[in-house]
Amino acid sequence: MEDKAKEYWTRNLRYLAILLSIWFLVSFGFGILLVDQLDAIQIGGFRLGFWFAQQGSQFVFVILIFVYVRLMNNLDKEFGFDEV
Amino acid sequence: MDIQTWTFIIVGASFALYIGIAFWARAGSTTDFYIAGSAVHPLANGMATAADWMSAASFISMAGLIAFLGRDGAVYLMGWTGGYVLLALLLAPYLRKFGKFTVPDFVGDRYYSRTARLVAILCAVFVSFTYVAGQMRGAGIVFSRFLDVGIHEGVIIGMIIVFFYAVLGGMKGITYTQVAQYCVLIFAYMVPAIYISFMMTNNPVPQIGFGSMLSDGSGVSLLDKLDGLTTELGFAAYTSGTKSTIDVFFITAALMVGTAGLPHVIVRFFTVPKVKDARISAGYACIFIVLLYSTAPAVAAFARANLIETVDQVEYNEVPEWFTNWESTGLLVFDDKSGDGRINYLADPDANELEIDPDIMVLANPEIANLPNWVIGLVAAGALAAALSTAAGLLLVISTSVAHDLVKRTMLPDMTDKGELNIARIAIAFTILIAGYFGVNPPGFVAQTVAFAFGLAAASFFPAIMLGIFYKRMNKEGAIAGMVSGILFTACYIIYFTYINPEISNPDYWWFGISPEGIGTLGMLINFAVAIVVSRYTAPPPQEIQDLVESIRIPRALVEKVKSD
Repeated sequence: MEDKAKEYWTRNLRYLAILLSIWFLVSFGFGILLVDQLDAIQIGGFRLGFWFAQQGSQFVFVILIFVYVRLMNNLDKEFGFDEV
Repeated sequence: MDIQTWTFIIVGASFALYIGIAFWARAGSTTDFYIAGSAVHPLANGMATAADWMSAASFISMAGLIAFLGRDGAVYLMGWTGGYVLLALLLAPYLRKFGKFTVPDFVGDRYYSRTARLVAILCAVFVSFTYVAGQMRGAGIVFSRFLDVGIHEGVIIGMIIVFFYAVLGGMKGITYTQVAQYCVLIFAYMVPAIYISFMMTNNPVPQIGFGSMLSDGSGVSLLDKLDGLTTELGFAAYTSGTKSTIDVFFITAALMVGTAGLPHVIVRFFTVPKVKDARISAGYACIFIVLLYSTAPAVAAFARANLIETVDQVEYNEVPEWFTNWESTGLLVFDDKSGDGRINYLADPDANELEIDPDIMVLANPEIANLPNWVIGLVAAGALAAALSTAAGLLLVISTSVAHDLVKRTMLPDMTDKGELNIARIAIAFTILIAGYFGVNPPGFVAQTVAFAFGLAAASFFPAIMLGIFYKRMNKEGAIAGMVSGILFTACYIIYFTYINPEISNPDYWWFGISPEGIGTLGMLINFAVAIVVSRYTAPPPQEIQDLVESIRIPRALVEKVKSD
């Protein structure tokens, strides 16, 4: 039981590390630190850095949460930790 | 029909709806009252969370702020949505599994300490109060502008409505009213945005219209046009920033982490039946919030372009009616410095003749764009829904902190469920009165204290809760030392630059160029560092606490726990 719980937790932490890196990249990375470089790229009426800062990052946030929910629900099932 | 009749009809209908729901969802027990019996469907909880979260500030002020900040407005857009990723991934599921009523409950139990619980109660009450005063004020502004009743009477009407469903229904009543309020507020936000987007760019989706060509056949995109208009008047180009990168970084982080640490948001995840539901309802909440937050920058850009085109260089005696209406509230001021009878709107403060309070942009936008009267009434109802739903959620946190955390858990542990429910109702009634007082007599610092509330939540709760879940070795000494040093540092920095020496609050004097708005991020880092170092040099937490941490990490109860109430 204990080993199982430990392995479950390690997998969870790995998911978190990946998802939070993407979270950081789109908001702090694309929207703040690299915004001027990305602004050189124009898509439609948007400069890319500006778009990430004001809209794009938000859409990625939503996707990240839903990916997380899916991953964790599957993980719960795999380990038999899902609630009845 | 005129604007006022429409406003009365729409606002009146929405209020009748809220009161009807309050009757239907009365609370029978403390579990109902605090956490809606943990029986709220995740989709409904997502909507309620979104309404709870989106306050008068989001609905009324945010797009206006962005309209004047340009790209830097992204700190609010990313900060107030990105926090939900942290909440969903790092806090919500575990707090649901922990399965008590409040944030101080978690802090007190996890750190086996009354001191920790008390520190948490103080933070929760302080953060919530600073916030609630602003909501009452927002409701007052809407009443006075659209219903012609005076700010004071407006605040009192708002208090009575909230009183009704909060005292009667507690969390249960509040949750289901918030679902209705979300529907009202999002509809009220989207309708004018869609109208204006279609008028200006021929594209009905504001998110896309924002980056489209203008419909006037000039072949120029909205944002290029806006860059042109703003630079012509001497402002920085709309799509370029003026704040330093480090400041934008720190403010965004403080708002994100602060969002994840706000007690009235966290407590919403106690209301769903399962861990799985807590995760997905954070996802729903984020969608519902992003719907408004991705529209806001479009509204901001439309509003700024419209404003410049409608008023700049216009003869003062030919201004449209909305202009004079807002002038009478004092939120729009024209001062003919050059004496030419025209409105000169410029970046240079010595030559600029038009002062606009950003708060009026969303409310005035439909009038500026000449939308039908019913749309204006709808916007008023939406703004009220946003203010009242957030106020109710905050009031509940305050009354829970008093009745449950303070009276029941620290003073009278033997009190019956019924007695506690009565105290909770009395506490909420008192809180409404105090909040109403601040709504009528707002402390001059309401706007600044919002930054304060976020900074405090970021520097206190977030590290304590996160370490409580992810770092088993964290003990009470570390957590308390961390919370206290995080709060003290943040509070001192903000107080110094906002109240003691406001005249030197500029990048030359700020530490590392971080403004008081962003300092909560540094406070949070200090909290983490202090907590970890102190815990290393003090005794590890007792075995049963370590077992508790193990158990909240796994959704299914390994040993079936009997519910205490």
